[in-house]
Amino acid sequence: MARPRPEPVQMVKQRRDAALRALVDGVPYIRFLNISFDRRGDELTGVLHFDDKLIGNPFLPAIHGGVTAAFLEVTAVITLSWEHMFASIESGEIDAEAIVTDKSIRFPKTIDFTVDYLRSGLPRDAYARAFISRSGRRYASVRVEAWQDNHAKLFAQASGHFLMPQPPMDKN
Amino acid sequence: MVDKTVLARQFIEAIPHARALNLTLTHIGEGEAEITLPYNEDLIGDPRTGVIHGGAISTILDTCCGAAVMSHPSAPGGTATIDLRIDYMRAATPGQTITARATCYHITRNVAFVRATAVDNDNDLPVATAAGSFTVEGN
Repeated sequence: MARPRPEPVQMVKQRRDAALRALVDGVPYIRFLNISFDRRGDELTGVLHFDDKLIGNPFLPAIHGGVTAAFLEVTAVITLSWEHMFASIESGEIDAEAIVTDKSIRFPKTIDFTVDYLRSGLPRDAYARAFISRSGRRYASVRVEAWQDNHAKLFAQASGHFLMPQPPMDKN
Repeated sequence: MVDKTVLARQFIEAIPHARALNLTLTHIGEGEAEITLPYNEDLIGDPRTGVIHGGAISTILDTCCGAAVMSHPSAPGGTATIDLRIDYMRAATPGQTITARATCYHITRNVAFVRATAVDNDNDLPVATAAGSFTVEGN
């Protein structure tokens, strides 16, 4: 059996980047915090671009704890949505551009989220990566880590539970 | 302890991110605080429904918990979050102001324990609840 010819690299990149852009740019709050995502294959890294309006303690100064929690939660939800939809995006079942406008596409909902503040967030860019510990039909468990200058020195970590979108009733 | 109440209010209102979200401290004192977050389209988490993102709810709850700690009679000064857990009960109704109420129910020399609730116009069914521990600084 002959292996199908692999797609040209630019097609693969274009499709994946368009899907990720639609997923992220469609959410006003992600734009408000100025969070973007770096993609290597299916691996995502959240980037929180520092701005003075993110400061929570003007005397240190340090990033607001709420912003840190929001950054970790956004990274968890986007990573979970991305992994959940990746196969359908690859197969063309989900139109990359229509991810946010298509009402039939649903996103995971946060049930609970717990943040450990390990050190204060310095006034500079921060990075975060989410690890899906388990993703079942209904619930998912996700762990997230955030760091700044040194990946080995996390400034926050979190874990949370999410309700996965339920598939629409089967037409058959 | 009027001075500390004034100090706490000034402290909260000097926070750049609290200003960015238009947070208002509506009550503070004796280990309790109340903060409001007006509805703002920039904070939408789901563009199809207009529901506010959970991250904004985290921010108001975290700020409110910190304010409650600072207002506690036994708290000598500043505080920082050690850990905060948030449970999301339901989506906030689009267009409505979120009100967070926090109580610092126990404080030691080093740690303050806080609970908080966030509601919209429906006071009976919270949007989210929070439980956290905070540092006690300045002693």
